[in-house]
Amino acid sequence: METNRYHRQILFAPIGESGQEKLSQSHVLIIGAGALGSSSAEALTRAGVGHITLIDRDYVEESNLQRQQLFSEKDMEQKMPKAIAARQRLSEVNSHVKIDAIVGDAEVDILRKIVPEADLIIDATDNFETRLLLNDMAQKYQKPWIYGAIVASYGVTFTVVPKKTPCLQCLQEYIPVNGATCDSVGVIQPVVQKVVSQQITEALKLLTGNEAALSGKIISFDLWNNEHVEIEVASLRKADCPSCSEKRSYPNLAYDSHLKTAVLCGRNTVQLRPQRKQTDLNEVAKELQKNNQIKLFQNPYLLSFEVDSFRIVLFQDGRALVHGTMDQMEAKNIYHRYLG
Amino acid sequence: MKITVNGNGLEVQEEVKHVKGLIDFLGLEDKPLIIEHNQQILQKEEHEKAVLENGDKVEIVHFVGGG
Ligand SMILES: [Zn+2]
Repeated sequence: METNRYHRQILFAPIGESGQEKLSQSHVLIIGAGALGSSSAEALTRAGVGHITLIDRDYVEESNLQRQQLFSEKDMEQKMPKAIAARQRLSEVNSHVKIDAIVGDAEVDILRKIVPEADLIIDATDNFETRLLLNDMAQKYQKPWIYGAIVASYGVTFTVVPKKTPCLQCLQEYIPVNGATCDSVGVIQPVVQKVVSQQITEALKLLTGNEAALSGKIISFDLWNNEHVEIEVASLRKADCPSCSEKRSYPNLAYDSHLKTAVLCGRNTVQLRPQRKQTDLNEVAKELQKNNQIKLFQNPYLLSFEVDSFRIVLFQDGRALVHGTMDQMEAKNIYHRYLG
Repeated sequence: MKITVNGNGLEVQEEVKHVKGLIDFLGLEDKPLIIEHNQQILQKEEHEKAVLENGDKVEIVHFVGGG
């Protein structure tokens, strides 16, 4: 190993030589290689984590470049899958790190293979379905994971440690149903770095045997409005939680609970049927209208909007049709981007 | 009455009497919120019982999905 590379990090007393050695033996799974995932992956790669697995189902587009630090105009022109473009850049940054790139959904079958081998999971997803799945998987294999999310100038993060903190399922009542997403209200780049700073600092503590230094709090901030909040949430751990209590059954690992998709034959359309049913179309319309690039149509039964070359129709029972594609993965991306 | 919300001082009118009133005042009534009032986490049904007094501290967090 090079002697100088991690000198400043080793000088930092809580890490030291032994912490650096632990980092080099660690395997971190990063779910999502968008804004948060890019930044987390670069930080962990520079820090000398031994093995990183990246999962992402999207490809690089022009609007990513403002905040997704691993990607270049060339990646965009080539529509490179984010996981692949990220691996390329990361291996230039630190050739000693083993980087696995998976282009696809973070599905039960994939996670079942990776999570048992990982020391830690970093959440860099853009939706709660995946987070609830990852939460159950982390509980099942007793792995810590670090929630992170951003919208506009607001960010929020929380480290879930099995048997110690509440899990995401314990906090389920606080999960927004039609939450604003980055594409309808925008996001500024510094909030990415701020959330990732929190996530990676917590990750370094966990990976170097400094659990006692973990925050134990939900931390949120609004950079534009100069707000910083920390709330101690140990009391929100639920004694009957279906994901982390004695009575756990991991409800989000059941096949039925996933976003179901079906290609509608001959219609160049994909149907999505999410877990959460009943959609307040007016609420959705209100969120969508904040983005003046979206052309909206609404009647009492459905909401239809056009964006890029797609048309999405959302029904009250929660179903969505994505016209203009027969690629299920692409339709899921569009659904989560605009409908949370 | 002057209270502190998310670390910043906030002057609120007399009609804001309890935490629920504050949430309405801030226009956050539609969001699921984790709220701490003077370092005590409140359940939703407690929002209306949590009477605000001068100098109180309220911290409000909400989850978002983007990444
Ligand atoms: Zn739980």
